[in-house]
Amino acid sequence: MQTLVAYVENKPGVLNRVSSLARRLAINIDSLTVGPTENPEIARMTIVAHTDEKGGHRLEASLEKLVDVLLAENISERALLERDLALIKVLADQQSRPHLMELIKVFRARVVDVAPESLIIEISGTVDKIDGLLEVLRPFGVLEMARSGRISMTRGGDLLRPPEPKPAPPQTLVTR
Amino acid sequence: MKLTGAEILCESLTKLGVQHIFGYPGGAILPVYDALGKSKLHHILVRHEQGATHMADGYARATGGVGVAMATSGPGATNMVTGIATAMLDSSPVVCITGQVSSKLLGSDAFQEIDITGITMPITKHNVVVSRAEDIARTVREAFIIANSGRPGPVLVDITKDAQQASCEFDWDAAAPKLPQKRVRDNHDQAEFDRAVEMLNTAKRPVILAGRGIILSGAMRAFEQFVRTCNIPVAMTLLGIGCFPASDPMNLGMMGMHGEAWVNHAIQESDLLIAVGMRFDDRVTGDLRTYAKSARKIHIEIDRAEINKNVQVDAALIGDARETLEKLIPHIANPERGPWLAHIKELKGDSAVRDIQSLPDNGHLYAAHVINDLWKETCGEAIVVTDVGQHQMWEAQYYHHNQPRTLITSGGLGTMGFALPAAIGAKFAKPDSEVWVVVGDGGFQMTMCELATIVQEKINIKIAIINNGFLGMVRQWQEFFYDKRYVATPLVAPDFAALANAFGIRGERITSRADVLPTIRSARESSQTVLIDFRVEQEDSVYPMVPAGASLHEMIRRPGTPLVETASEP
Repeated sequence: MQTLVAYVENKPGVLNRVSSLARRLAINIDSLTVGPTENPEIARMTIVAHTDEKGGHRLEASLEKLVDVLLAENISERALLERDLALIKVLADQQSRPHLMELIKVFRARVVDVAPESLIIEISGTVDKIDGLLEVLRPFGVLEMARSGRISMTRGGDLLRPPEPKPAPPQTLVTR
Repeated sequence: MKLTGAEILCESLTKLGVQHIFGYPGGAILPVYDALGKSKLHHILVRHEQGATHMADGYARATGGVGVAMATSGPGATNMVTGIATAMLDSSPVVCITGQVSSKLLGSDAFQEIDITGITMPITKHNVVVSRAEDIARTVREAFIIANSGRPGPVLVDITKDAQQASCEFDWDAAAPKLPQKRVRDNHDQAEFDRAVEMLNTAKRPVILAGRGIILSGAMRAFEQFVRTCNIPVAMTLLGIGCFPASDPMNLGMMGMHGEAWVNHAIQESDLLIAVGMRFDDRVTGDLRTYAKSARKIHIEIDRAEINKNVQVDAALIGDARETLEKLIPHIANPERGPWLAHIKELKGDSAVRDIQSLPDNGHLYAAHVINDLWKETCGEAIVVTDVGQHQMWEAQYYHHNQPRTLITSGGLGTMGFALPAAIGAKFAKPDSEVWVVVGDGGFQMTMCELATIVQEKINIKIAIINNGFLGMVRQWQEFFYDKRYVATPLVAPDFAALANAFGIRGERITSRADVLPTIRSARESSQTVLIDFRVEQEDSVYPMVPAGASLHEMIRRPGTPLVETASEP
């Protein structure tokens, strides 16, 4: 599994180019998240791909060839923080509710919606943590689940920022 | 100054230095054609849009500049797909302009509407839909930059009809390109560079693998200096042919599936390969597990995505070929390569005996004879445009090119039907050059409608059809690997000379070797296009041949000679 971060132009069709590229390279995408950055014209993607190191390099280098990709970086080998968010709707009757609340506490998840027959649980964390909660919830009856896909960031001073926009060219040339 | 989008397009193309556009009109591009009529641009009416893209491609390959093709929406655009893919695989700078239905109709399955940007996404370097007249000039300028920078490639610009019709202020300076600001990678790695230098200076049996990247980067002079300085023999890829003179003693010839035997043996026995602007295609490596096993590898390449793609290399120098070679040259100690060069000479001596030209004349006409005579007669100075198949390999073996951009051929995609239209494009790019089409009877029948384009444009090219009555290369594979079961390869063709006459072109048919030279001579003397149908040996094969998936040294050799291999296999 390889994790890549890409900064791309925030405009229509770019996601298609990125996913089409992975398809062309016969690389299966495990998860792809995209959202705007502090600069609304630039979006940030986290791509988790089912491939080896060689495939990760190929994907990184090929992504950077796309005109709309400003930067692509394979961060698989770096110190990473990764997060996934899940909403899990689980069956909850009077009997099972206390057990569920116990588990939710252990996993540091939250209940975000309560209905007579069900609960929606929100959990964020690593993929393993979410998979772990899911495993123990399954016997109660999982009705529905939505997961955000992974977002990743390198830790500490290891910065991965979009290229700084160049200052606008001077309107008049200053001659000395 | 207020202009329509269509006029802005023509103005922009003119300002970008375009003189020729290869295209075919239709409803969704009509406003542009109306504006073309009022411009100084020369539009060449093709007979099929695939031809337009191949012509633009041939134009680009002959000059290094951008070739422009134009078509209408829907089928006009989809007919371009093969030509675009051909340009993509061979890194050729082509800009395709297509008409599109009006923006308010987009997505409604309107008449002749097709999502051509969606279709061509994986086969273009970039593509874009323009739906505002205001964006046309900037987008076209960007398309030209993208097409011909870095590793070149095709760009498609799809312009909606309403954008062509709308009027807006045309201000060239304000329409400056605004490409996304990408991170610039610093690809120079001093340790990697030093390692490459160390390898170059210590190798005992090195071979340079020269590819099209040398031509694309204009690195011919730096490359020659590099070869002289490090005294290393050069093997060429098919598309690299011309980047280094064939007549140079350091030039071994073509490598790969139909490469010269001594070249493939030299590669397999080498202890260092220096790959310059080539991408270790399966047709040049054979089985990767046994490819140059005892060799370390240096890869000089502009495209990072090519590094370690097929062959794991020991030093990757990412960057422009010319700049990288110039940086390397001062660090090279001129080493002694005497024994290695002598050994290669020995290999060559053995193979030369197998050459078809050394075979006794049995009264048959062989393609190799035709191409060799053509080479001698044109002094190797013509631009030769080949199609795909046996004749393409024979051309590469028997026509010796000393100048870059004199062999134009579809390598990566292997597109049959490429030669005739690409030659028309090359002729427009180099009107003073002698242009020869060398094409098989199969490929010629795919795009022979462009003979009408030749006549309409009154251009002078020479067409040599290597006619063996078969889809020859496929037949050869059937002979070798399918027990001579010739399924769907025997091919009926029209009388090509009579066909040429029907178009108003002089046609000749040649069946014996004695007539080859005189006919070539008389065709060259003509100021008009001449087509020559060479009826060659039907079941001749291209030798040597590395079967697909076999090791590079496991070549099938021309039978009937008593010689045994003298080369030692690795």
